[in-house]
Amino acid sequence: MTSTDLIRMSAAELGAAIGSGETSSVEATEAYLDRIADVDGDVHAFLHVDRETALEQARAVDARRAAGEETGPLAGVPIAHKDVFTTTDMPTTAASKILEGWRPPYDATVTSRLRDAGLVILGKTNMDEFAMGSSTENSAYGVSRNPWDLSRVPGGSSGGSSAAVAAFEAPLATGTDTGGSIRQPAAVCGLVGAKPTYGGSSRYGMIAFASSLDTPGPLARTVLDAALLHEAVSGHDPKDSTSIDAPVPPVVEAARRADVEGLRIGVVKEFGGEGYQAGVLQRFQEAVELLESLGAKVVEVSCPAFDAALDAFYLIAPSECSSNLARFDAMRYGLRVGDDGTRSAEEVMALTRAEGFGPEVKRRIMLGTYALSSGYYDAYYGSAQQVRTLIKRDFDAAFDNVDVLVSPTAPTTAFPIGERVGDPMAMYRADLCTVPANLAGNAALSVPCGLAPEDGLPVGLQVMAPALADDRTYRVGAALEAALGNKDNGALLNKNAFAV
Amino acid sequence: MAYDDAMRRYEPVLGLETHVELGTASKMFCSCATEFGAAPNTQVCPVCLALPGSLPVVNGTAVESAIRLGLALNCSIASWCRFARKNYFYPDMPKNYQISQHDEPLCTDGYLDVVVDTPEGPREFRVEIERVHMEEDTGKTSHVGGATGRIHGADYSIVDYNRAGIPLLEIVTRPIEHTGDLAPQVARAYVAELRDLVRSLGISDVRMEEGSLRCDVNVSLMPRGADEWGTRSETKNVNSLRSVERAVRSEIERQAGVLDAGGRVAQETRHFQENIGRSISGRSKEEAQDYRYFPDPDLVPVAPSAEWVEELRAGLPELPAAKRSRVKREWELSDEELRDLVNADAIDLVAATVDAGASPTDARKWWLNELSRRATESETELSALPITPAQVARVIALVTEGTLTNKLARQVVDGVLNGEGDPDTVVEARGLTVVSDDSALGAAVDQAIADNPDIAEKIRGGKVAAAGALVGAVMKATRGQADAGRARELILERLGAQ
Ligand SMILES: [Zn+2]
Repeated sequence: MTSTDLIRMSAAELGAAIGSGETSSVEATEAYLDRIADVDGDVHAFLHVDRETALEQARAVDARRAAGEETGPLAGVPIAHKDVFTTTDMPTTAASKILEGWRPPYDATVTSRLRDAGLVILGKTNMDEFAMGSSTENSAYGVSRNPWDLSRVPGGSSGGSSAAVAAFEAPLATGTDTGGSIRQPAAVCGLVGAKPTYGGSSRYGMIAFASSLDTPGPLARTVLDAALLHEAVSGHDPKDSTSIDAPVPPVVEAARRADVEGLRIGVVKEFGGEGYQAGVLQRFQEAVELLESLGAKVVEVSCPAFDAALDAFYLIAPSECSSNLARFDAMRYGLRVGDDGTRSAEEVMALTRAEGFGPEVKRRIMLGTYALSSGYYDAYYGSAQQVRTLIKRDFDAAFDNVDVLVSPTAPTTAFPIGERVGDPMAMYRADLCTVPANLAGNAALSVPCGLAPEDGLPVGLQVMAPALADDRTYRVGAALEAALGNKDNGALLNKNAFAV
Repeated sequence: MAYDDAMRRYEPVLGLETHVELGTASKMFCSCATEFGAAPNTQVCPVCLALPGSLPVVNGTAVESAIRLGLALNCSIASWCRFARKNYFYPDMPKNYQISQHDEPLCTDGYLDVVVDTPEGPREFRVEIERVHMEEDTGKTSHVGGATGRIHGADYSIVDYNRAGIPLLEIVTRPIEHTGDLAPQVARAYVAELRDLVRSLGISDVRMEEGSLRCDVNVSLMPRGADEWGTRSETKNVNSLRSVERAVRSEIERQAGVLDAGGRVAQETRHFQENIGRSISGRSKEEAQDYRYFPDPDLVPVAPSAEWVEELRAGLPELPAAKRSRVKREWELSDEELRDLVNADAIDLVAATVDAGASPTDARKWWLNELSRRATESETELSALPITPAQVARVIALVTEGTLTNKLARQVVDGVLNGEGDPDTVVEARGLTVVSDDSALGAAVDQAIADNPDIAEKIRGGKVAAAGALVGAVMKATRGQADAGRARELILERLGAQ
């Protein structure tokens, strides 16, 4: 098998080929490492690639298989790992200068589960610093580029992961989604990305942005691949007190079933109209009609509280982050600035944080500190929590009548690098449609639904389901994927500039 | 101002916040060990060092301990409550926030009755408990160099994170009013009673000298007859019963002095200095920190079921107040005798000694006299002496059966305290049995008579009182091991003087 054959395969196909002995994990890993060496200079998806460590893992999987050991469907398959998860064998920075060079002494639960499933970690991917952003422009280590158009962003915060998969530098990637950080990059790069139910995947070892919203999840080229990775990393973890002690929803089965016959689909009325790119709305509308033609019952559903979701999100997430990021104080790890023997611990902390954090992180820490301050707490954090309750009620009411809700994943296709850097509010609007699922803790998934006619860039359709009904999002995603002919070998992706 | 003058003009209002370090095997939010005195930074992990990505998980035993203390303090137990983050930067706080409870404490609205001795007899006060909540301890910073030992001016500081994350319960009283001039004693009695309660529950070893029970004392004064409270100060880290009493007394005197001079009491934090017996001013509370409390999103709410709470209530041990009434009755003690036992913190020790076979009277005598004296000499608590109630009971038994004299028994106790082993081992090793065997004793008696013919003659002549000198000689010859009574009998018998 040629390198090109290997990297064009879906993760499921590659896993099967390794499992049957048609190819080996070492061969596949080498093919991807070569691909990274070829194209990552342009794409800048990775912050760290470790050829030797990756090959060592690949050899171990091959040895296990050679010894006749039963290995899982993704054993030996390479993966790109978001740099927000701790890894004992690679640095972990969350794309921040404050953690430059930090080597964690422990693996995140998601990392351990990747290893347990035999996935081969190629390296760590770029992201917005501490997962705060929608473009990777907030990375301390430079922007990642969208393989569809290198002058555009790959989305964020999991933009390094989406760029890596879209540029065929990895068949799979991990991401984390706090307000849309998996779904939006998936959408603008033409990928499948899922935000599992909050508590469905462990946060242990995932560097926190906003604890009540953060959710690890998969990015992949196909719905089935996403489901396989979702299944591999999810499930109860006693180290995360918010982890749900329940079986992982049958996402793989749902991805294989791929039918929407009789499924009740609600189109969220609030997401559309002004501020949305025409081509995005057009492709979304066509996808909904396609689902209807496949036997789904489509109705319009109003969720009025969703209009306030973004505002609530930008109070709750910064509040939590202002506290979560307090630990970066130069005392125990990471950057230390100004410790020349003349300064107090407080001064060193202040200097370190001033130099170590980027502008967006500082902006959010300040917003959050203000929102939690005595005298302002009720008006800001308190009322944001009330909005959160209203959003949950809207979801509950909607799910009394429909099985899933759908909307565009993001209001626009990938925007040009630099376009929104000076306008945080415009940047925040990239998360408009995705934040409600984080605030309510629901399951959600983004699946490609075509290219926008005006710019030829991918558009994503978002499917939202009740908590622990993640499988429904995969059913819809897989049905749409099949109907659009995107099922095999990244048919859609092969229209991008990095097609292989 | 002198205390009595102060009390003539002002009425104090007290408040106590007590931190109890729980004796759980692992920390509040991780599985690290909690052993006291381990080498610095050896009982740490990603969670209690706040490494990026780590998450807390609540220690169920700590929650259970909190509920049990709440029940013992007659509190209501919340059916649902959350942890909150208390945000402030300090180098010994790894996360730069402390996980605590804010407006949703686990236990609320209880009370603890305490007894204070007055010249008119024992007087009972009910101290109302506002809340008991769970939180985690910080690390421990040592400031090296500099004059004050405080962070400012130090050359550098070193931090031990072993203590970071140790579970704490904070017990907060409601304002304690109407104590009058007994305020210092009420404060002390409250802390002592709370300590005994905690100990009886077995949830902490409550060693004040190791910091496993620490007190913050709030004091304010108002003029007698007024109904509006004055401004209060908070004296931090008062770490012995005696200091609690002294801190309240000295703060009343200080505030009365300020008020009398026309000044106003600052709302401030003060630090109690053991060596000088009073507090010095710390940071002003008027520029109080904003802790930006909010519910900790990393932790699910604590929701103890009613069944579990009732199960814990049913499993509470006999509490100190009940135990005091019982031993008073069973051991037939007077108020004073009970008070002495309480003050010496010896009830449990005596009870355990009685359980090991000693009579209550003997057990009490040994613990309150000889052993209390040893504890004072070695500046330790009675319970910290390296002798067990069972060993004390054995010593008492040896005296009762005549194997030891009281004097020898004290030597045996010496040996046990020295680490020479059990009483029987010490007796044997030191050769301390009483010489009451007539043949051995007889030889010593004969020798004493032969060495002192003049005295022997006097005794023969009827001067029985002179026998003391010969008994002395016998005791000397036997290095104190003779049974003096039997020696006297033998002397008188041989000299025909009964
Ligand atoms: Zn620990």
